Amino acid sequence: MLTFTLRRLLLAIPTLLIISLVIFLLVDLAPGSPLGEIPLTVPPDVRAKMIKALGADQPVFVRYFLWLRQFFWVEPATLFDSYFGTQLAGDEQRILSWQSRSPVFSVIGERLPQTMTVIGTAYLVGILIALPIGIYSAYRQYSWFDQFGTMFAMIGFSVPTFFSGTLLIIIFSVWLGWFPTKYDTTLSVTDWASFVKQVKQMALPVMTLGLANAAAISRYMRSSMLENMGQDYVRTARAKGMSERKVVLKHVLRNSLIPVVTVIALGIPAIFGGAIITENLFGVNGIGAALIGAIHVNDIPMVQTLAFIFAILIVAFNLIADVLYGFLDPRIRYD
Amino acid sequence: MKYKTALLGAAAAFAFAPAAFAERGTDGEVKLTFPQAVSIMNPYLSSGTKDVNAAQLVIEPLAGIDDQGNIVPRLAVEIPTLENGGISADLTTITWKLLPGLLWSDGTPVTADDAVFTAAYCMDPAGGCAQLTKYEGVKSVEAVDASTIKITFTAPKPNPYTTFVGALSPILQKAQFAACQGAAAPTCTDPNNMPIGTGPFMVTGFTVNDTVSLAANPNYRDPAKPAFATAVIKGGGDAEGSARAVMETGEFDYAWNTQIPPDSQAAMAAAGKGVFVVAFGTLVERLEMNMTDPSADLPEGERSTAKHPHPILSDIKVRTALSKAIDRQILVDVGYGAGGRPTCNVIPGPDAWASDNTGCIAQDMPGAMALLDEAGWKDTDGDGIRDKDGKKLSILYQTTVNPIRQDFQALIKDWWTELGVEVELKAIDPGVFFGGDAGSPDTFQKFYADVEMYANNSDNPDPETYLGQYQCKNAPSPDNQWQGENMNRFCDPAYDAKIAELSTTTDLAARQALAKQLNDMVTKDSMTVVPLVHRGTLSAHSNALGGVIMNAWDGELWNTADWFRVK
Repeated sequence: MLTFTLRRLLLAIPTLLIISLVIFLLVDLAPGSPLGEIPLTVPPDVRAKMIKALGADQPVFVRYFLWLRQFFWVEPATLFDSYFGTQLAGDEQRILSWQSRSPVFSVIGERLPQTMTVIGTAYLVGILIALPIGIYSAYRQYSWFDQFGTMFAMIGFSVPTFFSGTLLIIIFSVWLGWFPTKYDTTLSVTDWASFVKQVKQMALPVMTLGLANAAAISRYMRSSMLENMGQDYVRTARAKGMSERKVVLKHVLRNSLIPVVTVIALGIPAIFGGAIITENLFGVNGIGAALIGAIHVNDIPMVQTLAFIFAILIVAFNLIADVLYGFLDPRIRYD
Repeated sequence: MKYKTALLGAAAAFAFAPAAFAERGTDGEVKLTFPQAVSIMNPYLSSGTKDVNAAQLVIEPLAGIDDQGNIVPRLAVEIPTLENGGISADLTTITWKLLPGLLWSDGTPVTADDAVFTAAYCMDPAGGCAQLTKYEGVKSVEAVDASTIKITFTAPKPNPYTTFVGALSPILQKAQFAACQGAAAPTCTDPNNMPIGTGPFMVTGFTVNDTVSLAANPNYRDPAKPAFATAVIKGGGDAEGSARAVMETGEFDYAWNTQIPPDSQAAMAAAGKGVFVVAFGTLVERLEMNMTDPSADLPEGERSTAKHPHPILSDIKVRTALSKAIDRQILVDVGYGAGGRPTCNVIPGPDAWASDNTGCIAQDMPGAMALLDEAGWKDTDGDGIRDKDGKKLSILYQTTVNPIRQDFQALIKDWWTELGVEVELKAIDPGVFFGGDAGSPDTFQKFYADVEMYANNSDNPDPETYLGQYQCKNAPSPDNQWQGENMNRFCDPAYDAKIAELSTTTDLAARQALAKQLNDMVTKDSMTVVPLVHRGTLSAHSNALGGVIMNAWDGELWNTADWFRVK
């Protein structure tokens, strides 16, 4: 198991390097200019100077290697410096966003908390809704509950969040006036009142995303349960005179969870990636909103860095899912 | 909520109660929302309107521009003129006097050195300053004494109110930005995000592309202002969401840039929580006619250049017919609602500068058909498309990807088809279209199409620079790497001569007369530019916010010091 993990980790290095190059070239070759949003009243010679000041006039490979150096040396060194007061990074240039001229990593640092809280909670809520629905739907296949669960999943799958989110806004904010439509990122939870405020402002985005997440996971849970329900060991357990509760929740559920856990683990990078549409709709302004905003204005350093971080997370969680699989199912061993 | 309703009721009774007795910071918090979040608070590094608007609350120029387009003093005692001796008789210098006792929000005095530094900061060739045009023709900026700033120009400048005038050219604090000059400019994250200023508010918190938190500036020059103790600018989402947060849920007091479809405007206004306000500047959605041949058969480097005149559009009758076929009022109703009005001018305002040209407003389909007949374009083969000498009257009409523009394209295509013109539509990603990449065939400068549609405006109420764009020398071509603003390749020596005349004319009335003539030359006289809609900026504010005066000539948030809570 250890050698498997080590081998996978070593293999991840060239994979990630290739990914970073591909992302860089893709973002760079995509049409558009970082000054596309600048008003037409700014004349061409001033634009040329602005491009030069951004460093965007350098050849693509110079910029790529500079970015690699910044990502793998300057940024970790800066982080190290800030913890231990050392001077490793000196005054080397950090990765700066072209749009805001702020270091990309401080922007990510500012945005990660709200993405983690909102998207993370939505994922958790999604799982908590999905597992019982999946389990009971499979146990009572073709019952009215199962039909309802199927309909729920279908709606969750097929209704895009920009629609369901807007619908929730109109019902709960405009008509009922219960929840705010814009997420206040400056709110810090210090007492009961601010906690209630936080819960209220999280309610709509969490509902919107939770529904979509729950739909997918409940289907996996259901089909995995169904597959196990017909197995011989279930009949044996029943024949032994075990209670239904024990059969379903102990024997079937544990075995059925194996593929579901993998799916859940593989979905975790998406939490860090944020939810582009939902974040924008509710003004959560997390990582997803940062990514789409940067894509709109061709802010290459920001897009590149975010995309690469996602790549790292996806590779890492794939590995974790594989290891978890072996851990959950002793029949699976990679050595 | 009940309390608020009661307040609103009271507000109806006292809506016109004077705010003169107000004290600083008595009205609590004012909440603003922008559909595009603020990225940076330094307009010299960004000319995004969102950034300029937000920065305006904090940093100020010597003079601003009011809602009528007049120049009004801000940090200066008065506006320098020829009469009061502030402008030298030869028009090469302008001397500004700072208000006495002016302080930065950190309590240190504002001096002429700060202005001298700001000019040096922007004019540094390595800094990539976005507002360099504000310093065009500036030879030197000197501090005559601690409160006197003298700007010397390289040549006589009839309109010297560019440097340090308006939200795009504010004064930065030298002490804060001293280490940020030249190549270091973009790396100064903290000063760029939290500049120290003289404005009614100061930045207390800044999260990139998200929220700006502000508090009343304790050293603001008017001790009674601002009425609000704190302000918040929340960014993100879209225009619809911003408008809803003001007009329907009442979470915010002010939403900038709420250009939403006319039917949504009506629905939201009906909720009765706020009002839409509009300011008309010089932004005009227009069709630009290509005077050169964009045919793909021509060799690269000659395509869309002055070498080959356009085979169809060179004829003014065709251009006029295309304009006559358009019903501009329908375009406004479909696309902009309260945020637009039909126009025939490139310079639609300020009123004193705008020509009285309204000849294009009424649609004239028969007139348009007659003109095409006259020009020899007739449908000889009966396929519904006019032709002449075996060539079809076929037009490629391009614009950016944008729902309103696609609606316009569809409507205009219908009218032109009715006229017997074959129209092919093309929509290009705005980042590419406006991106100016000389390697891309789809930029608006290259103009590899017959007609293109976009919006442009003058960044100054005085349109000299803006009108100067249509000079022969400004035509984009391979020789200048496709840079330049004369997309039509319009070239008229008489026009260039008038521009030269404008640049030496100082009398205001004469300048306005010249501007009107120039406007007419590119629009109704030559139909090179076919204006469609005069677009305003549409914003929304709640009924509980008072003192809002829309301004198209300076930043929209120019008078936040005077805003107050309607009680």
